[in-house]
Amino acid sequence: MHIERDVFYIILASLALMVAIPWAAGMLSEDIFFEWPFFFEVAIGGLLAGVMYSLVALGFVLIFKASGVFNFAQGAMVLFSALTLVGLQEKGLPIWLAILATLAIMALLAYLIERLVLRPLVNQEHIILFMATIGITYFLDGFGQTLWGSEVKILDIGFSNQPGFYFGGKILINDFDLIAALIAGVLVVSLALFFQYTRIGRALRAVADDNQAALSVGIPLKHIWVIVWTVAGVVALVAGIMWGSKLGVQFSLALIALKALPVLILGGFTSVPGAIVGGLIIGAGEKLAEVFIAPLIGGGIEDWFAYMLALAFLVFRPQGLFGEKIIERV
Amino acid sequence: MIYREAGEFKSSYQADQAILTIRQDRWFIWGLMAFAFLVIPAISSEYWLTTIMLPFLILGLAALGLNILTGYAGQLSLGTGGFMATGAFAAYKLATAFPELNIVIVILASGLITSGVGILFGVPSLRIKGFYLAVATLASQFFLIWMFNKFGWFTNYSASGVISAPPMSVFNEILVTGPHATPVAKYLFVLTLVVLLTLVAKNLVRSNIGREWMAVRDMDIAAEIIGIPMLSTKLKAFAVSSFYCGVAGALWAFLHTGSVEPLAFDVNRSFQVLFMVIIGGLGSIMGAFLGAGFIVLLPILLTNAPHWFGLNIAVDTISHIEFMVFGILIIFFLIVEPHGLARLWQITKEKLRLWPFPY
Repeated sequence: MHIERDVFYIILASLALMVAIPWAAGMLSEDIFFEWPFFFEVAIGGLLAGVMYSLVALGFVLIFKASGVFNFAQGAMVLFSALTLVGLQEKGLPIWLAILATLAIMALLAYLIERLVLRPLVNQEHIILFMATIGITYFLDGFGQTLWGSEVKILDIGFSNQPGFYFGGKILINDFDLIAALIAGVLVVSLALFFQYTRIGRALRAVADDNQAALSVGIPLKHIWVIVWTVAGVVALVAGIMWGSKLGVQFSLALIALKALPVLILGGFTSVPGAIVGGLIIGAGEKLAEVFIAPLIGGGIEDWFAYMLALAFLVFRPQGLFGEKIIERV
Repeated sequence: MIYREAGEFKSSYQADQAILTIRQDRWFIWGLMAFAFLVIPAISSEYWLTTIMLPFLILGLAALGLNILTGYAGQLSLGTGGFMATGAFAAYKLATAFPELNIVIVILASGLITSGVGILFGVPSLRIKGFYLAVATLASQFFLIWMFNKFGWFTNYSASGVISAPPMSVFNEILVTGPHATPVAKYLFVLTLVVLLTLVAKNLVRSNIGREWMAVRDMDIAAEIIGIPMLSTKLKAFAVSSFYCGVAGALWAFLHTGSVEPLAFDVNRSFQVLFMVIIGGLGSIMGAFLGAGFIVLLPILLTNAPHWFGLNIAVDTISHIEFMVFGILIIFFLIVEPHGLARLWQITKEKLRLWPFPY
């Protein structure tokens, strides 16, 4: 992957700041505990949490790339897939069958969304499509909970949630987070392979590049959209499994979409690597700020810090770190 | 034939520049005003005034503010809730710090304070555009709510973080806030303010400033090339828009709910107001109010509908089904008329103009 020089410098500078600011805060303030192993523990925890954000942001990127739709419903899709999976499991299905059935349901959902929402709204302004996906969000939130109930459910897929000690017992890392990061990595690599080496992947890239040109060489747009929403549904299911087994399957899962948005604008709407790098920066930055800066200004900053961080990056790169350069003509 | 401009001759510049140039429109608006000021207070129950008319007017004002920013100036914003909260808390601080101030001054001043905050958060719009800006405005939303929650100074160190409006009156004796104010007084006060501010907005958007906003919305680079200053135009839009949102927030806290916590202005409020703007029609003053009426009435309808059919459904199921129906209706409306209710209104007028001929 080719990285532009300013992006490289911005990332280097942000890494330096991420180390320097906590260190300075630890030196200057009595309230802040700073020690190198502790710093790395926090940073690694943050990076791993960031991977979980990336998982959600990835779904946004896929759909935005292929259809230019800012799909606000990604969070609702995460919740819906997790609810469906748990609901099917409670009905007595073995886990692998439940996952397959959920995948089928997500594909059906993708088809219905394309047929009933996107196709009638084709060629409308972006903001209209954005509002329509908010409508889908409302619908899915209500539908999932009507179908499966709204109490907190436990999703157990057999991963240990034990903290383990690494690097000579100095740094504490949650095993679950490591597994999540691994799964996210596998997902990204397989998506990259899918996009690079399959016929459908090539069509998807063509559509992402220029959908009119793609249409004119005979790529059926509506099929592509169904496929892309299905892939986003698969990503949502993976995110739903990971987040659901971490936090329990409940309504608040839908709100992680709000966590993924800063990741999205930081990395760039159109870039898969952007979603990953953005997730890592946001995750680490957020955790570090929470531990080393928040005590100084009253705490509870996780609601907005990620947004401010992304905003700071955007001032330097308005299209996000890896987004396509915005070229405007009169 | 029913609605037409034929036979109406304008013989002065003043008549030519009137807001409503067609006679029927003028009758309609005066009739509407008379209805709103005289008939509604006389016939509606307390329930109607407090749960429907007040939220409708106040959220309509907020939608008007957002419509100026998004519909006229083309800057998509999801920070409306945060700006409303700013207005509410500014009004509270002003009203408690200077108890002798008139409520009108308190509310307008809190609008001005919100304007300042809006300008501050509008600065990134010079670099960031489109959905990037929309997500970036969420920063203001979350930051402002966090700030009001976190620092006791804003709530005068109340333990619960809830602010309550002190009783205040207009014309020295008529109470409009506090527990003893009558719904009719509140309603008339809000209505007067909303009508006046709407008039101001209408004149703003058809003036020089409004034309600059629309040029920036349609293509900002072209606008800049023909000499429209980007910095001041965008910031003006943010300032005016946040002024309206701030006033709406102050009215919401002081006249509608009476006491309010920051959570009343969370991100869902921003989405609600954005829905009003989109459903009502982007870039239309009237659309803001049509959309507000729709979004305020719809949930009430949905909540009550099962009772009318004699159905008994568990409360949480109802709220989930409400969500579903709300989502479906939003999508349905967008598909049927992406340009909103204001466009439907225009089409109706056009039909009336030609009636009974097809064209």
